[in-house]
Amino acid sequence: MRRKTVAIVGAAETTKLGVIPDLSQIQLHADAALNAMADAGLRPKDIDGVATAGDSPVQIAHYLGITPTWVDGTSVGGCSFMIHVRHAAAAIEAGLANTILITHGESGRSRVGNPPRAAAPASLQGQFEQPYGPMGPPSMFTVPVLRYMKTYGVTEQQIAQVCVVQREWAGKNPRATFRNPITTDDVLNSRMIAWPFRLLMCCLVTDGGGALILTSADRATSFPRKPVYILGTGESVETPMVSQMEDFTSSRAFRVAGPTAFREAGITQKDVDHLMIYDAFAHLPLYGLEDLGFVPRGEAAAFIAERNTAPGGKLPLNTNGGGLSYMHSGMYGMYALQESVRQMRGIAPAQVDGAKISVCHGVGGMFAASGTIIFSNEAP
Amino acid sequence: MPEPGRALPQPTPETQHFWDGTREGELRLQRCDACGKVYFPPRPFCPACASRKVSVFKASGKAILWSYVIHHRPVPGFTPPYAIAVVQLVEGPRMMTNIVDCPQTPEALQLDMPLEVAFEKQNDNITLPLFRPAKG
Repeated sequence: MRRKTVAIVGAAETTKLGVIPDLSQIQLHADAALNAMADAGLRPKDIDGVATAGDSPVQIAHYLGITPTWVDGTSVGGCSFMIHVRHAAAAIEAGLANTILITHGESGRSRVGNPPRAAAPASLQGQFEQPYGPMGPPSMFTVPVLRYMKTYGVTEQQIAQVCVVQREWAGKNPRATFRNPITTDDVLNSRMIAWPFRLLMCCLVTDGGGALILTSADRATSFPRKPVYILGTGESVETPMVSQMEDFTSSRAFRVAGPTAFREAGITQKDVDHLMIYDAFAHLPLYGLEDLGFVPRGEAAAFIAERNTAPGGKLPLNTNGGGLSYMHSGMYGMYALQESVRQMRGIAPAQVDGAKISVCHGVGGMFAASGTIIFSNEAP
Repeated sequence: MPEPGRALPQPTPETQHFWDGTREGELRLQRCDACGKVYFPPRPFCPACASRKVSVFKASGKAILWSYVIHHRPVPGFTPPYAIAVVQLVEGPRMMTNIVDCPQTPEALQLDMPLEVAFEKQNDNITLPLFRPAKG
């Protein structure tokens, strides 16, 4: 049981987000890491644990001048950073490290120093998916959705409504890439990418990074910022092939990671003040709301359309604007974590008044992996 | 210069029987001799019970359309818009494929419609299992 024994004491994104052609990928990691160390009042010699995804923790440790006693290179897609938080909390409790830095940097748009991602022709994906013409997540992550829509009678208009509501949140965030209000017609009339998915139902492709610093809760109160405590954590994986998901209307990885975190935290859905669900595409908040038990199966689209997750609603969701409107470098999980931390610190641009518990739920690959972190700003 | 074609699979020792099958006009699946589980993609053990006693058999080639997208972006070897589909074989497993002999439209591509396998030779080594609307 991990309850408030570990805390976030440093958190920052890159100085710039969006289009950053003048920084390579490793410098995006470093820019975020330097900002997070400044936020915590720490220097590289104070860090003894390093975790990252996409790139190797060896690269990050060497580039920043850190000599770690613990590293984690778990790289399972965009939720890797949630999983790093989980592993880091366990490592701190076990005494393997005292002060752990988790970094993300990704030149997703400008592609400066960004290694290519392609399935090898002899891999299972290369043999049994790539020959049929998918080209990256927009034509892969979306494949299960028609089955979900038919099963629950969900319409294209309802999926478009997810994008409209998140744009409302983005409008409150000066750092969001897209801030102008949109309508469901705007979404449905945007360029067709992979029917039923239009451009505005797909995440942005931008450059950026973020970093977190964790330490034990008993040390956390001596740092400059208000500590954000880790209340519960969960992780799982299912399949590297979206075509082999057990259930096209639900993610098994979500159904393991989410409830594991809730059990560990000892809370229920009713206790949650603020929620982040990784939204690489517009259907992900629907799957996440249902698989984490916030609404019954098949009811998430109506729940969002009825403005429960919108500004002023009872369950504020993706309050930075999400991957659909805020930013999405490719592995968005770090930005969802940053927004949860801002909300718990009370400094988010669209701050949820009095929020005490934030759930941050991530996906990796195309429903391949999942990680869930539950934060609290109340001291143990 | 021919235009670049679609990405082609590179068989491995564990999957060679599948690609030998498609070349010979058979859709081959595996069944566990211990627990009876029929599974895909290929591997020399049962993903349900871990038994190494498994057999290759010729599947019926019959399926239903389980889900899909209609891709509108250019991809080597394809003319958009084209459907990237997942079918559910009557034997149980699902597989990604393309739907041929059928308009690539939401109206023509109805979930649960019956399909049958249609083999499309790519070169001397590789034939892909595509699917078309079932006849009769």
